Amino acid sequence: MITLAHYIVLGAILFCISVAGIFINRKNVVVLLMAIELMLLAVNMNFVAFSRFLGDPSGQVFVFFILTVAAAETAIGLAILVVLFRNRSTINVAEIDSMKG
Amino acid sequence: MTLQLICFYAFAAVMVASALAVVTVRNTVHAVLFLVLTFFTAAATWILAEAEFLGIALIVVYVGAVMVLFLFVVMMLDIKPESMREGFIRFLPVGVVVAAVMLVEMLGLIGVKAMAAKQMPADPAVADGVAQNTAWLGKALYTQFLLPFEIAALILTVALVAAVALTHRKRTGVKTQKPGEQVRVMREDRIRIVKMAAETPTNPTTGESA
Amino acid sequence: MITPKLILIVIALAPLFGAIVAGLFGSRVGRAGAHSVTIAGVGVSFLLSCYVLYQLATGGWGVFNENLYTWFQVGPLSANVGFLVDRLTAVMMVVVTSVSLLVHVYTIGYMAEDPGYQRFFSYISLFTFSMLMLVMSNNFMQLFFGWEAVGLVSYLLIGFWFKRPSAIFANMKAFIVNRVGDFGFLLGIAAVLYWFGSLDYTQVFNAAPTTLPGKSLELIAGHPWAAATVIGVLLFIGAMGKSAQVPLHVWLPDSMEGPTPISALIHAATMVTAGIFMVARMSPLYELSDAALSFVMVIGATTALFTGLIGIVQNDVKRVVAYSTLSQLGYMTVALGVSAYSAAIFHLMTHAFFKALLFLGAGSVIIAMHHEQDMRHMGGLKKYLPITFATAWIGTLALTGFPGFSGFFSKDAIIEAAHESHRWGSGYAYFCVLVGVFVTALYSFRLIYLTYHGKERFVVEDKHHGHGHDAHHGDAHDDHHGHHEPGHLEHAPHEPGWVVWLPLVLLAIPSIVAGWWIGPMVYGDFFAGAIANVHPAGAEAAHGAHEWHGPLAMLVHGLTAAPFWFAVAGFATATYVYLFNPSIADKAAKAFAPLYRLLQNKYGIDDLYFAIFARGGVGLGRGLWRGGDVAVIDDGIVNGSASLVARVAATVRRVQSGYLYHYAFAMIVGLIVLLGGFWLAAR
Repeated sequence: MITLAHYIVLGAILFCISVAGIFINRKNVVVLLMAIELMLLAVNMNFVAFSRFLGDPSGQVFVFFILTVAAAETAIGLAILVVLFRNRSTINVAEIDSMKG
Repeated sequence: MTLQLICFYAFAAVMVASALAVVTVRNTVHAVLFLVLTFFTAAATWILAEAEFLGIALIVVYVGAVMVLFLFVVMMLDIKPESMREGFIRFLPVGVVVAAVMLVEMLGLIGVKAMAAKQMPADPAVADGVAQNTAWLGKALYTQFLLPFEIAALILTVALVAAVALTHRKRTGVKTQKPGEQVRVMREDRIRIVKMAAETPTNPTTGESA
Repeated sequence: MITPKLILIVIALAPLFGAIVAGLFGSRVGRAGAHSVTIAGVGVSFLLSCYVLYQLATGGWGVFNENLYTWFQVGPLSANVGFLVDRLTAVMMVVVTSVSLLVHVYTIGYMAEDPGYQRFFSYISLFTFSMLMLVMSNNFMQLFFGWEAVGLVSYLLIGFWFKRPSAIFANMKAFIVNRVGDFGFLLGIAAVLYWFGSLDYTQVFNAAPTTLPGKSLELIAGHPWAAATVIGVLLFIGAMGKSAQVPLHVWLPDSMEGPTPISALIHAATMVTAGIFMVARMSPLYELSDAALSFVMVIGATTALFTGLIGIVQNDVKRVVAYSTLSQLGYMTVALGVSAYSAAIFHLMTHAFFKALLFLGAGSVIIAMHHEQDMRHMGGLKKYLPITFATAWIGTLALTGFPGFSGFFSKDAIIEAAHESHRWGSGYAYFCVLVGVFVTALYSFRLIYLTYHGKERFVVEDKHHGHGHDAHHGDAHDDHHGHHEPGHLEHAPHEPGWVVWLPLVLLAIPSIVAGWWIGPMVYGDFFAGAIANVHPAGAEAAHGAHEWHGPLAMLVHGLTAAPFWFAVAGFATATYVYLFNPSIADKAAKAFAPLYRLLQNKYGIDDLYFAIFARGGVGLGRGLWRGGDVAVIDDGIVNGSASLVARVAATVRRVQSGYLYHYAFAMIVGLIVLLGGFWLAAR
């Protein structure tokens, strides 16, 4: 039978893959955004699993909200990306360092 | 090992593999497609846990809308894959080590053993007497979480407006109709009545007026 | 309705009124207005004081003791403004107001050319008010107020010519030295408050015999001091500052930088005697401690002899009189120390008259000599200044104790009391006061001879061209020294106007006759109730009364007693050395060069204070400035914190690379650390 551990470990693996992704794809903003999507998916995985195993609908409602916010975040992130590309002709993060102190 | 478990393992394996592919493949378009696969298999594992509504929503909303948006953007932008992969090999060990340490820590912290003992109970939706997951979720969403739900709707709207506002730009040198001004136009804007003395026909030969 | 209360209030406030009018509205009332109003104020005070003394002496009034106003009240302690007027107070009031009145009149002449005319009158009237508050007080708080107020006015008047660096130096010195004494005084008052819980004289004095015995304080662990001794010594430290007793005497000679009327009023007749008055007033407390009285006596005896010795080598006419004042204050202190309080007060009174006379006479000479103060440029002035000369002789005879003059009676009473005393240190005190008589006669007649007799050691440059007089007087007040060659005068000295010599004459009268009241004041019970002069164990004064057969008998007896012959010896020495054979003085100075230098250097006490306190204070201040202020506060705390922030920020800003993945990396590392922490905590 599937146990809670299966889902939680799966979520943890997914989360760590996305962390590694952020590390190794440090130039490509699109891949960074995708890694963040993966991270949110890992979190959602945990929410779904706990909701199911504890019998509480709140967890799944939260997944619903996270999906909403993630969609909004993706939309705005991509919009920013487009504007950025239009202005700087690059999406290379190494070239975007206006925040340098 | 039940069928369910076999399915779970299969989906989980595909999911992990495709997630790895997302962060490693050279071509960004391929990465997006692998992300689609990841979401798809994730939806499958959720359905295995009898969270059908969220599984379907993930496919419809994410794979259908968000990922397509990703694809649009990636294809629209002229991204050179080579320049994007600078430092990939250099940072690979660091990324792997960090990820591994984090995984060990998380697994150690959450107590996998205790969770492995927790069997999947009967469908809570059925236990609550609403028969299916969608109704179960909907009941919570429209009663207990009504206000957050509406705020979520508002957030989506704001994101929509913000995305449009960010990418919108005035193009110069484009000729378009302006219906508002067309409708507002008055007679005085278009014609001018000029009063002048009547002209008398001239004699073509002499050039004198009659 | 004229009540005693009203009269006393008028006495105290009339000089204050004059001071306020002259000080705040000086330019509006003008010079004549300023001196009129202040003289009127002090005159009223003087007349009413005489009336009060008459009433008290004849028994018309009882002792007046009443609180007039409550300043504040904290728990059981209340600070009041009140008057305690008994015969002691009344004598002091008359002395203060009479000398003050004469000095006011004298000042019209002395300060005639000074631009600070109104200011000066305002100050001396304010001084009169402060001194009256001091002597009329019925509690320690008001005493302290008057004490500090006279100190303040003294400071202002020593530095009256504030453009002179030496005057500013002198007033700073006076103020700082007095601060040392006042600190002890304040501690003494605090001790009184600690043991009695009250600051009212009557309450404290009534409670003293039952409260103080058996109480002690361990200032040094293992050495308990009797409460009465602690209070007595601490209060006397205040008196040492104010009355310029060794070792806090150093300010008084320098205070001669002030105008001469001030030297007469404040630094000879009244303010410096505040300490004597205070101890006499506190006599019920002092009677409880033999140790404190011995301390007082030894200090006084030392002052009486050794400051007198310095006076012999001084050349400045005012400084000689100043050291004489120190010496006489020492006499009074000795009298206090042997419990002969009434003798001290009596000497205070006679001294006020003849010392004011001497100072004003010196001032008259200084005016005549166009502000020349060095006796080496004087001599033979008797034919130019006949009135001053005559009064100076009277003052000197009184000071040296010529039989029949006031000083004879008062000083003899003190010497007699010191002789009769059996208190620890009385032998030393008797020796000092006895030798002091010789010394007094020596420097006093030296002054007289150098100033009024002998050859003229100045040159009158009789210039008959026009610019002389006015131009000279125009800058006289700005720079009294060095505007002409020493010993060169543009005019022959002449007697100043009546405002100057009239006070001299008026002071000469009590200088002669005041001594004849010795009967009731010292040996009678004039001060009964005001002063605890009948001491059951010592009974010095009472013992004296045993032999008391009236002033005439004392006069006759005095002619055969030791002090008289000491005085005669001093007179003879001075006459021989300074009148007939002036070269001997220089020879003696050479023969006893080390001794002479020791006296010239005032025993090195000034230098010692400079080396230790002044230079130490400056060094400490500089150290705190450089080390504490500049190094620690400025460079360390203020600039240091700023530069630390700047340096840290300069380092930390490199962390702000602006690259997204650096921030993400930091975040993730933080997350890992946090998780690791949780993990470790969970295990």
